Amino acid sequence: MSRRRLLPLLPALTMLALLGPVVAGLWGTMLPAFGHLPAAGLTGPSLDPFRNLFGWAGLPRAVMLSVGTGVLATVISLSIVMLVTAGWSGTRAFGVLERLLSPLLAVPHAAAAFGLAFLIAPSGWLARLASPELTGWDRPPDLLIVQDSWGLAMTAGLIVKEVPFLLLITLAALGQSDAQRSLHVAQALGYGRVTGWLKTVFPRVYAQIRPPVYVVLAYAMSVVDVAVILGPNTPPSLSVQIVKLMAHPDLSMRLEAAAGAVLQLLLVIGALLVWRLGEAVVAAFGRRWIASGARGKGDRALAVLALTAGGVSAAAVFLGLVVMAIWSVAGFWSFPDALPDRITLANWSRFGPGTLEALGETALIAVVVALVALVLTIGCLEAEYRHGIRVSQRAVWVLYLPLLIPQTAFLPGLQTLMLTLGADMGRGPVMLAHLVFVLPYVFLSLADPFRAWDRRIGTIAAALRASPDRILWRLRLPMLLRPVLTAFAVGLAVSVGQYLATLLIGGGRVATLTTEAVALASGGDRRAIGVYGLMQTGAALVPFALALLIPALVWRNRKGLRHG
Amino acid sequence: MKQLAVLAALLAPLPAMADIDPADWGAVTTEAAGQTVYWNAWGGSTTTNDFIAWVGSRVAQDYGVTLTHVKLTDTADAVTRVLSEKQAGQDAGGAIDLIWINGANFAAMKEADLLFGPYAEQLPNWALVDHENKPALQTDFTVPVEGYESPWAMAQVVFVHDTARMQESVGSMEALLDWAQANPGRFSYPQPPDFLGTTFLKQVLIDILPDPAVLAAPATDENYDAVTAPLWAYLDALTPHLWREGRAYPATGTAMFPLLADGELDLSVSLSPGAASTAIANNELPDTVRTFVLDKGTIGNASFVAIPYNSGAKAGAMVVANFLMSPEAQARAQDPAILGYGTVLAMDKLSDADRALFETLDLGIATLTPAELGIVQDEPHPTWMTRISDDWVARYGVAQ
Repeated sequence: MSRRRLLPLLPALTMLALLGPVVAGLWGTMLPAFGHLPAAGLTGPSLDPFRNLFGWAGLPRAVMLSVGTGVLATVISLSIVMLVTAGWSGTRAFGVLERLLSPLLAVPHAAAAFGLAFLIAPSGWLARLASPELTGWDRPPDLLIVQDSWGLAMTAGLIVKEVPFLLLITLAALGQSDAQRSLHVAQALGYGRVTGWLKTVFPRVYAQIRPPVYVVLAYAMSVVDVAVILGPNTPPSLSVQIVKLMAHPDLSMRLEAAAGAVLQLLLVIGALLVWRLGEAVVAAFGRRWIASGARGKGDRALAVLALTAGGVSAAAVFLGLVVMAIWSVAGFWSFPDALPDRITLANWSRFGPGTLEALGETALIAVVVALVALVLTIGCLEAEYRHGIRVSQRAVWVLYLPLLIPQTAFLPGLQTLMLTLGADMGRGPVMLAHLVFVLPYVFLSLADPFRAWDRRIGTIAAALRASPDRILWRLRLPMLLRPVLTAFAVGLAVSVGQYLATLLIGGGRVATLTTEAVALASGGDRRAIGVYGLMQTGAALVPFALALLIPALVWRNRKGLRHG
Repeated sequence: MKQLAVLAALLAPLPAMADIDPADWGAVTTEAAGQTVYWNAWGGSTTTNDFIAWVGSRVAQDYGVTLTHVKLTDTADAVTRVLSEKQAGQDAGGAIDLIWINGANFAAMKEADLLFGPYAEQLPNWALVDHENKPALQTDFTVPVEGYESPWAMAQVVFVHDTARMQESVGSMEALLDWAQANPGRFSYPQPPDFLGTTFLKQVLIDILPDPAVLAAPATDENYDAVTAPLWAYLDALTPHLWREGRAYPATGTAMFPLLADGELDLSVSLSPGAASTAIANNELPDTVRTFVLDKGTIGNASFVAIPYNSGAKAGAMVVANFLMSPEAQARAQDPAILGYGTVLAMDKLSDADRALFETLDLGIATLTPAELGIVQDEPHPTWMTRISDDWVARYGVAQ
């Protein structure tokens, strides 16, 4: 098939890859939720799965945990990002924070969660550094800090990962919001920096970052790996309970798991609707506040507070990685010593071979998935360019849809469905499931630079009788080398961090660094977790470094392209 | 959907060839060469993972069998998997070839005809196993084994304490409660349904019941409440004095090692008499840690592997199971620097050279001798464990 006939097919193929598994998975969830699971000899419809679910004494608390941690993590991380941007955008402090936070985007959720646990637990590094001199503790206090009943540690784990994400999204939106001029005008009229920004720029920025904010909310409400590492267990959050029910030896428990998944879906939809209502309320109050003409008090304090919060959140991830690195080379290391009694490479020689094997599997899956996502994305964008298609707001929502549906709502269904078809294990299905999450991020990170490419260059090339294909391969893609590599690195990082999709769809046979690290969590061997966590972080971070380095090398004699 | 069903039927593999005969060891090893065995085993313990990797390198060397360790967080996952495959009609070439299985899951799988066998007593190394003197090798949780699983390690409940902070041992569960009340926050056990967690609950029950003989028979609706009432009274008294006041529990037995190392706990519990010595050797525990058992003895059992009925590599799985019972593998497993598990072999059945492998082992400073381990108590019938575990979750697992 020639490319001319293939190209128009790519947008359709992309839609299929994005929505196919989601729709199929939801279908595979709905049937057993209403008592229909022929594989277990059960035919519905029946409401018993929901009756059993509501009969579980832990449900109210599990639901509260899901909703509470999700909403709290979203509100706090959004507030930090908005106030930091309001108070500091354009300053040197902001530049530093931006450079600190960008690489953190690539740190997998599980690794960040492990690092945080190593840091804040009663026997964690912070307590070790301060003990016994400052605290007087000769032994760790009996405090419920990690796995706390309110899920605060888990909320913190989500915040430190969502702040970099929202900040980078906000930076992209700022460029299209005429922010700097609005702020200058507001300041000239006597508004404080933060107040002026909130009154003039925030409404425009928020309108643009709304979909990613919803993604953060949906993700935080249904996350599994972070909840397993940092969250409470008596009872666990709803999403963890769903995964536990999926693994129950009694196959009929899958009905209850499916009912839980439907409840999870409804909770997320409900939370999104309430959030939408909240937006309207905030907007109503905001308009009155704007109209009141208040110039703002305490701007400076707010800005400093937000910068501190952003700095602490970045420092938490960095220090977490540092303490993970120390554990990976630790000999005996007991509380309250600040450092291990000796440094040894024994842990690396012991766990190294296992991590290399898992790294191979992780890399294979990530590279294939990210490449497929890249091809589909470039195909879509090129089709859009050549055929002059205008992308509507609705099409953008399609990209976000797989990220808005909780993973626990459709992945269990997808697994049940694949089981029925006898195709429920191995790499292929796992790659397909990863693609659902990788594709949107690759598309979103490449779309803007791709569309911003100067069309006049193409026009000149066409006038010199270059074919559209030649323009794409010889001009456009080379000029877009850096954004293309960055999008590829984003895809790799997203794939490396996937936990639930690998675990459920792989039937347990596909062992990546992430699944191995989370499995090790139950055994609590901190040296092994340190080694696996670092390897996992490296697998996601190194591609980003290369995405920066390669264009610099390739274009070392093309000054104008180095940043392109 | 109907077309899909037809398609699935067409694509389904042809009926499997007749199963291989375990007694024909020559045919087994011939067929095993080149097979890949997926061994589903709990993956939370790095020492066990290392041991399994070593087994893989040895069977590859001797028999050309490729061993892949599928690291589970819960053995029940593997049972689910086989059950789902059976219900989906996948009767051959299943995802699992070998499972490190425990009593409750063995009972469930045996009852549902999900196991291949009997095979264990036909394996060449079975002749070396001490099945006459170790009752736990004949019945797993009171369910007769009948050759449907082969043993590879002996386990017994021991209590692990750091003598730097807790010098004395306690002789009974009552004494443990007194100690916990005097030292709040310094003891915990893994959260049921974790295997060791439920074993601890059964150990409490056996120790405080005047006559634990009732536990040998299945639990009934008539006797369950009365028999378990003392257990719940005991736990109600104990829980507020546990680590974190019982609002959180360690996930597994090995997850308690770091807590013990840091002084969050002074006392914990283990099913492996040699695990503490192994952990000391691996820098995971301080060398002041020791183990003890209760005056009336503690629960003991054996670790088994089983082969699912639809495994695609039964011959390879049998080769691995047989190797696990070899003097070489057993001596390595008992070495506290490696694993510290008790052996299933009878010393008097071994050749002098093989016996020397065991006699030269230094069992480690924290490991009790067989004599010090004392009386081995039988496991209760699995029906007790299932109900106690469910009730524990209802009472303490969602309490906060």
